[in-house]
Amino acid sequence: MKFTEEHEWLREEDGEMVVGITIHAAEQLGDVVFVELPDEGITVSKDDEVVVIESVKAASDILAPVDGVITEVNSALTDNPGMVNDDPQGEAWFFKMKISDPEQMADFMDEAAYQKFIG
Amino acid sequence: MDALKHTPLYDLHVELGAKMVPFAGYDMPVQYPMGVMKEHLHTRAAAGLFDVSHMGQVILSGADWEAVARAFETLVPMDVLGLEDGRQRYGFFTNEAGGIEDDLMFARRGEDILVVVNAACKQADIARLKAALEPDVRVTPLEDRALIALQGPGAEAVLAGLDARAAAMRFMDVADLELGGTAVWASRSGYTGEDGYEISVAPGDAEALVRALLAQDAVEAIGLGARDSLRLEAGLCLYGHDIDAATNPVEAALTWAIQKVRRQGGARAGGFPGAAAILAALDSGAARKRVGLLPEGRAPMREGVVIYDAAEGGTAVGTVTSGGFGPTVGGPVAMGYVAAQAGAIGTSLWGEVRGKRLPLSVAKLPFVAAGFKR
Repeated sequence: MKFTEEHEWLREEDGEMVVGITIHAAEQLGDVVFVELPDEGITVSKDDEVVVIESVKAASDILAPVDGVITEVNSALTDNPGMVNDDPQGEAWFFKMKISDPEQMADFMDEAAYQKFIG
Repeated sequence: MDALKHTPLYDLHVELGAKMVPFAGYDMPVQYPMGVMKEHLHTRAAAGLFDVSHMGQVILSGADWEAVARAFETLVPMDVLGLEDGRQRYGFFTNEAGGIEDDLMFARRGEDILVVVNAACKQADIARLKAALEPDVRVTPLEDRALIALQGPGAEAVLAGLDARAAAMRFMDVADLELGGTAVWASRSGYTGEDGYEISVAPGDAEALVRALLAQDAVEAIGLGARDSLRLEAGLCLYGHDIDAATNPVEAALTWAIQKVRRQGGARAGGFPGAAAILAALDSGAARKRVGLLPEGRAPMREGVVIYDAAEGGTAVGTVTSGGFGPTVGGPVAMGYVAAQAGAIGTSLWGEVRGKRLPLSVAKLPFVAAGFKR
């Protein structure tokens, strides 16, 4: 699993990247009450706003971590946004993407580096 | 910027693991480890304890009740003189344009009035009171006195276990109680829509009292985050958001707080700042009004969302002034101002969120039925 400075994680699965937010990010957001997912099949660029999360406190955007195509979204989150608090690094993944430039992954952190990053 | 002030319960909040945030010049607990959602639901199910010591508490005293009441009536459009001893009322300071300078609670304690005002407005309120009332009426701010709220259906049993007189109080009664040997001033009121009490206590007694209350199974510490979602579901205004100096009480749907005796034809009609504007608005109605707004989808509509009368095109007819997720409702809730012709309960409107018009309807307030013991 790789981690970004935007508090997202990426996990490779069957040639695609599964993307979600970290336990640390979920704790900072507080109780998540709304998730808006992108359409499947759209092409996105790194840093595009692809997901909106609203917690009891505020709205936040989740950015595309790399360039690619959104192949699947976790529609269970729409009906049950609280999954993001319950299992952010497991069941509550946001979307899967086929990435177009694997070199964009080079800067991402491993778990130890991410733990150090969040201090 | 000045250093943030601490309430007498600051150390306890930190010990309990609260997330502290700046609010109205104080370092205040926005939530505890339980989290906003569970804190909110706990308050509606059992009893929530809130530190609201940042709010202003002021005693007005003078020659006798009539002198104090008549003086205070020059600043608020409420029936103060007719308030019975041991009773409390909601009110607000008005300005010459008929706008609301702050909203408040005032209680008659013998010959005195105890006024509780918003934290962010308290310096201005104290200055306003002193300028208008002194020297005939003394204005005594209780700078360090703590104020805690115990709210929820379990509040009565908790307080009555410490002083049986708590159970005999009705909604908006005030009384002196002895809670485990600590003398307090209690009112049966609050800001959650639930039955409950607000308890004014000397700063040195506050922590021990709060620890004793938290030791009871029904009671959990609740932060400002849940206080906001509770009051929003209860349809209660947040000063500076839902009402302000440019909002008159008629458009704010607060005319219930202006008793007949201060209205046109009443024995003490007018005689408060902005009386001409407010009495005229009472007569003619307002061009816009504060209403409940219920988004149909799951997306919260927060403060500032513009409301339209059509899904595309159409006209902007209003704005959300408070909005978020209502844990008891189980979905988003909001309130705001809409043009009077768009304000009937059930009217379909649209709020623009992130560039998209999402449907909502004008809804009756409160969103959650009040649990007051009248």
